[in-house]
Amino acid sequence: MALLEVSGVSKRFGGVQAVDGVGFRVEQGMVKAVIGPNGAGKTTLFNLVSGFFAPDRGEIRFAGDPIQGRRPYQVAQKGISRTFQNIKLFSGMTALENVMVGRHLRSRSGFVSGMLRLPWTRREEAEVREKSRELMAFLGVEQLADAEATSLAYGQQRAVELARALCSDPRMVLLDEPAAGLNMRETAELAKLILRIRDRGITVLLVEHDMSLVMGISDEVAVLSYGQKIADSDPRSVQRDPQVVKVYLGEEEC
Amino acid sequence: MAGELFFQYLIAGLTYGTIYAVVGMGFNIIYNATGIINFAQGEFVMLGGMTAVSLHAFLPLPLAIVVAVLVTMVVGALIEVTFIRWLSRPSVLRMIIITIGISILIREAALLLWGQDVRALPYFTGNEITSIAVGGARISPQVLWTLGACAGLVVLVTAFFRFTMLGRQMRACAANRVAASLCGLPTRNLITLSFVLSAGMGALAGCVVSPITQTQYGIGTGLAIKGFTVAILGGLGNSLAAVAAGLLLGIIESFSVSLLPTAFKDAVSIAVLLAILFARPSGLFGARAATRP
Amino acid sequence: MRSVRLRQVAVFLVLAGALQLGAIAVGKPFWQTQLTMSAYYALVAVGLSLLMGYAGQISLGHAGFFAVGGYGSALLTTWDLSAHKAAGVLQALQAMGAVVARPDPFGGTVLTVHPWPAAVVAVLLAMAAAWLVGIPVLKLSGHYLAMATLGVGTIIAAIAVGTQALGAADGISGVPPLPLLLGVGVGGATSQRVANYWVAIGLLAVCMILLLNLVDSRVGRALRAIHGAEDAADAMGVDTARYKLHTFVVSAGLAALAGVFLTHFNGGIGPSEASIMKSVKYVAMVAVGGMGSLWGTLGVSLLLNFLSLRGYFGTLDDAVFGAILIGIMLFSPDGIMSPDLRRILVAGWRRLRPAPASVEKGASEEGR
Repeated sequence: MALLEVSGVSKRFGGVQAVDGVGFRVEQGMVKAVIGPNGAGKTTLFNLVSGFFAPDRGEIRFAGDPIQGRRPYQVAQKGISRTFQNIKLFSGMTALENVMVGRHLRSRSGFVSGMLRLPWTRREEAEVREKSRELMAFLGVEQLADAEATSLAYGQQRAVELARALCSDPRMVLLDEPAAGLNMRETAELAKLILRIRDRGITVLLVEHDMSLVMGISDEVAVLSYGQKIADSDPRSVQRDPQVVKVYLGEEEC
Repeated sequence: MAGELFFQYLIAGLTYGTIYAVVGMGFNIIYNATGIINFAQGEFVMLGGMTAVSLHAFLPLPLAIVVAVLVTMVVGALIEVTFIRWLSRPSVLRMIIITIGISILIREAALLLWGQDVRALPYFTGNEITSIAVGGARISPQVLWTLGACAGLVVLVTAFFRFTMLGRQMRACAANRVAASLCGLPTRNLITLSFVLSAGMGALAGCVVSPITQTQYGIGTGLAIKGFTVAILGGLGNSLAAVAAGLLLGIIESFSVSLLPTAFKDAVSIAVLLAILFARPSGLFGARAATRP
Repeated sequence: MRSVRLRQVAVFLVLAGALQLGAIAVGKPFWQTQLTMSAYYALVAVGLSLLMGYAGQISLGHAGFFAVGGYGSALLTTWDLSAHKAAGVLQALQAMGAVVARPDPFGGTVLTVHPWPAAVVAVLLAMAAAWLVGIPVLKLSGHYLAMATLGVGTIIAAIAVGTQALGAADGISGVPPLPLLLGVGVGGATSQRVANYWVAIGLLAVCMILLLNLVDSRVGRALRAIHGAEDAADAMGVDTARYKLHTFVVSAGLAALAGVFLTHFNGGIGPSEASIMKSVKYVAMVAVGGMGSLWGTLGVSLLLNFLSLRGYFGTLDDAVFGAILIGIMLFSPDGIMSPDLRRILVAGWRRLRPAPASVEKGASEEGR
């Protein structure tokens, strides 16, 4: 059984069929990429999987359970974490605090215990802090812990956001255009990082506009065009697929 | 309930309903232009009524009303220019608090100026006991004045937005302010205009209804809640639906008086507001989501 | 972090003591009464600060929740149940001590609910009301909660004025003191004025510790996350609607608690406590103190309430609060403690005096 199974999912916004009967599978432990030209429906597909939109039709199963139409926090509870295309860090909080929010699902202190600061709450708080620092170290931004998150440089914000997403120990992480705004060297580093995330046992699903990042690291690549899936295979075959070539060349003509 | 009594309640409901409709439309005009809910909306009605009463001491009635409406429009413009124009992308919370502050200041100024006395304009035609027989029931001519004036106002404002260049520009500004400003529209002035229009409508409504409901410095808050209820009921931003919703709320409120103590009349409309928020935040007629994207 | 909070509270207690000694030293011991009242009102403001600053929601009905607490305990502790003395339930409650017989001012005896169970019921009632109102409303954006809480506040005020059982325009008086330890009770007895001041300050300090703990906990982080980027918080597994709702309920509970204590202190409550203007004043205190700045809100609300209660604003009281609201939101939406305003003030100060001045306005008050 695949970890994530999307079948026949459609979403319409007014007159635009953003996603049209798309289905694909992500196996446990793989890196899977969804690529396609701008406006192909990649981000919509992501928002459908992570619960930000409910599909008009179709089914999304995660680890066997249907998750379509669930609210984002419920999807997160199932073990799917995500980043955003235009980085969404919590303003007014430090980088460390941002990452600590990522640990929300793995901690349980509530209103009453938080107010009373019970001994177990303090132990939990220390655990959350430690785990968050560890992830910031994993992403190489531990020295930024006490900086205001939204005042960091772009690449650093990306790293903090990723640390936050990983802090919940998710089974799968959704990366929405992680290479956007990075230069070539940074993109290469990102590729290595994604493989290291996979090596931690976390399944990775990423959406990318640009092919260069995904071809080297993905086990499978699905291609979207105008809301429909036109290819879904290993990177090599996808690159040779005439339809994919046409879509990408067609875009270059523009 | 006897048919005649029923008719009386209906007429009373329609009278109040038209006022709520006008206040609701006022909310919508400003909301469409700026995304702001102006909590001082009810104060325009009060200001219009009170100013007209004072001016009527030395001006003939029609002139007093015209001047009162103009004065309130100026106040509307001043509010926008002084408090709102120069804020860049203020948060919702901030705008709520500022407009609440404005409503308090207007109210307190009215209290200082006019005291706590309840005032009223004279009946436009006849007096409080003049009545016209309509189908077995007797209604005051002032009711017809109110219904007529508010209906005229609704038609005029709708036509303004539909058919005049300025109205179309305001709609463009409401739909997409950045795009409108890129097309060379004076968006800031259009927003000021929305406050002016909204204030003028409220003031005129405040004048025509003054003989029936009377005017006091503190009537604004209640009207604001009801006007907002109406705006929500009709789906925020949708002016014609607000009119229908206003009439509906007026009638519901009017008939509630026959069942409940008068003290709870206001509570009824608030209960309607809460029920709508609970059941159908997009309004009875609209399908738009309640959260503005 | 913990020691910082305790130090802040200790500083607060020392300042409160200095304030009391000061009032007595200048020969105005009666100021303690207004200071005590201000402390209870400050509790409402601090709770509202949690809602506005951390959940990003506004309530224009907090005076209503205060009134539910106040009226609830006033009604229960003055309602003579003697006529139903024979009822089994009542006898059971009396055996448990929840209903007690006490002398009334006219020499007779009345049978009423004990102030403590009454207080618990009143606070729970307010929290239940907030919960009911909050469910539909917190799903929606800012305008809706503002208007809906305004509506609820209006209804509560209308009920307070319009109901005979609640004393209509006169309110309820003759509320007995709330007994505490060592013969001290929350009430208006002049002999206990000093003790009552410390009861109010102590309650405020305890609530401050709880709230400061809360905002620095998992819940507090989640709330700040909602404020910072709501959909990202959602994606991190934060049930945003539930957190907002719970904050609203906690905030309403604090308002009701303040209502209970102040009603016992004053020996009664009137409908003006439920008015919308009162709610707006609480919002003003939070806005000036700085949304999310609990200490700022506390300091500002103590000051503003005291000035207002002493009548320094005269007939312009409401207008003063309106002007404060507009002024602070226009020029310094983060409150008087905000870095922006401090910079402006410091710059203005320097311009006035050519010599570099190191004085910083409000440096004695700590931030959040």
